[in-house]
Amino acid sequence: MEILSLLADGILTALEPGNLLICFIGVVIGLFVGAMPGLGSVNGVAILLPTIFFIKQTTGSDAAPMIFLAAIYYGAMYGGAISSIMLGIPGASTAVATTFDGRPLALKGRAEQALVTAAVASFIGGTVANIFFTGFAPPLASVALKFGNPEIFALMLLAFATFVGLGGDDIPKTIISIMLGLVCASIGFDVIEGEPRLQFFDLTGFSRPINFLVLAIGVYGVGEMLWTLHSTRGDTDMSKADVSVAKIKTATVNTFREGWKGISIGSSLGFFVGILPAAGATPGSLMSYGVAKMTSSKPEEFGKGSVDGVAAPEAANNSASTGAMLPMMTLGIPGSPTTAVLLTGLVLLELEPGPRLFQDQPDFVWPVIGSFYISNFIAVLVNLAFIPLFLWMLRMPFTILAPIIFILSTAGVYAATDSMFDVWLMFWFGLAAFMLRILDYPLAPAALAIVLGGITEAKLRQSLQWSDGDFGIFYNPFFDRDGTGGMYWIAPIITWIAIILILMPLFQVIKKKLLAGRQKPSHWQG
Amino acid sequence: MRIAEILMAIALAALSLAIMYKAGERPSWSGEARFSTIGFGEDGAPQGGFWPFWVCAIMFLCSVWVLVNGVLKLSPVAQRREPYLDMHGINVLLTVGVPVFLLVLLTDYISMYFAMALFLFYYLFLLGRHGLILSAAMAIVMPFWMFLFFDITMTRTLPKGILAIEDGIYVPLGNFFRSLDGTMISLFFLAGALVLVGASFLSKSAVRG
Repeated sequence: MEILSLLADGILTALEPGNLLICFIGVVIGLFVGAMPGLGSVNGVAILLPTIFFIKQTTGSDAAPMIFLAAIYYGAMYGGAISSIMLGIPGASTAVATTFDGRPLALKGRAEQALVTAAVASFIGGTVANIFFTGFAPPLASVALKFGNPEIFALMLLAFATFVGLGGDDIPKTIISIMLGLVCASIGFDVIEGEPRLQFFDLTGFSRPINFLVLAIGVYGVGEMLWTLHSTRGDTDMSKADVSVAKIKTATVNTFREGWKGISIGSSLGFFVGILPAAGATPGSLMSYGVAKMTSSKPEEFGKGSVDGVAAPEAANNSASTGAMLPMMTLGIPGSPTTAVLLTGLVLLELEPGPRLFQDQPDFVWPVIGSFYISNFIAVLVNLAFIPLFLWMLRMPFTILAPIIFILSTAGVYAATDSMFDVWLMFWFGLAAFMLRILDYPLAPAALAIVLGGITEAKLRQSLQWSDGDFGIFYNPFFDRDGTGGMYWIAPIITWIAIILILMPLFQVIKKKLLAGRQKPSHWQG
Repeated sequence: MRIAEILMAIALAALSLAIMYKAGERPSWSGEARFSTIGFGEDGAPQGGFWPFWVCAIMFLCSVWVLVNGVLKLSPVAQRREPYLDMHGINVLLTVGVPVFLLVLLTDYISMYFAMALFLFYYLFLLGRHGLILSAAMAIVMPFWMFLFFDITMTRTLPKGILAIEDGIYVPLGNFFRSLDGTMISLFFLAGALVLVGASFLSKSAVRG
């Protein structure tokens, strides 16, 4: 019950005019960046991260900047569906699965049905996930409060292991990406002994760790724009949608009649996939699409314009984006690249992410959680009300949007770091990201690793100091930490799950070898 | 694609070796041998060079793994036949990548706002083939907005280039805008928006090929 009253207070704070306005602006920006092909939630929050200083300065509260960033995140989850349906190009990677059925529906002349289903499913997915979040976050935070150095290191290991085991990308390339992020975070000074290290060419710019923001804007601003220009080649074909109040009404009823199953699968599955570090909204929506298809009574309709096929991934990507917030807020481990940016936002606001946040900063935590509910509500209303406006915006030529992103990236990095060195670094990161991406190197692991790098190293070394260099402290439940002979189960359990996850691709290879030739691969992703 | 995959793997392997070498470095005053920090110290805990060294060692091994996959054509990328960068890709790099490079380079000389204006004009007029009026309006209004937002409202000054430009243009401009109150600054923001809307209407009647 205490949680409910805290939540009610939080929602009331989020409803204050100032916060409501910030929420609204954030949602509109999010819908826009989500709808534009090539821009997703992560690009939006990364490029706009420097504005949090401005918001904090104007409002004087820590919660308002976070409300703004979270609202962009939600808005983008709604917006991604618009270009997936109307152009057949996912507005963001989180909306890839929405193209599978959203585009066929639009081609059949039922574009408004697809748009409304996407909006309604997103709303339900987001709200269900918010309820889960409110229920799970405080107990998880209080358990996590008892975590010591070995437990936290084990959690970090788990975060990286999920990338290797579940990321689905080329394994050595994923590991290289993680290691690149870790190295970038360790440049400058050794955090424990205070000695200089890795100061390449004695440049002063390398006398501190590379700022996450520099990498994020380089990769998701400059690199992503180059990639989009390279891969879309500028030819798009837009469907027509006929939107009126009466049509929205029938389409909403239709959504519940034909899409309830997809919505319920997406809302619940999406949340739990979203919690996993490394997974986030994209795999969440793809998996929900797959499960919805497998359990459907009419699987043959999937891929040809099934309402369920739009509802499942859209409910899932919203649900997963809330799920990804759970480890970010309670453990300080981001569940997706976007939450990694949000985590950096927390650090920039001088808040310490992690379980203590719930205890020490209730005035920050609960208004932000309250704003999740409000953002969702605003997003569905704005989305439905302004569908024609978004369709008009999609006609905005990329040749206007792209240069604006480039100059925003440059100005954003300088405003946040006050250093031309970092602006140059951003440019080279962007270029490198573009070159690596063509060769299918995943870049999200690097973004997460640079955020977690410092803490991972510190916890590893502190744990080993504790155990006199014995790695048993991580994997051996019988390891005697304090001479009392007590057992510590949590760190070993997490470590062993991480080890199994790292080895999982190996099991799959063995299984494939055993089954080779007997089975045809299934292409459920359509 | 396969050649690019192999070359990239070699480059990454070289990078990891270089960082491993650098991670073993000790400051000259400590008088200790290279690589003395990558192991465990007397207290049993790893020393400063431990983490970057072994992280890069893993990276090196994985680069070799990618290299082997590339040579033996095991990875999907190595099996692709199309070139790493086709004409379109090279075109993107030359017409977009190089100007972004110049945007950053020119910032030190002619200030970030002027570099942005040049970049926007180039991109819209020459690359995007938008009308002259719209391109010019965007090139003026966007940096102007940024100036109002960063320099005046947020008091986070962006680079101003060489002294002549800073003293001749930005000091008087800054003095003028800082003497205004919030309402006037909002009006300047709005004026910018009006210029953009007007320009987009004007250039609709004169679309270039």
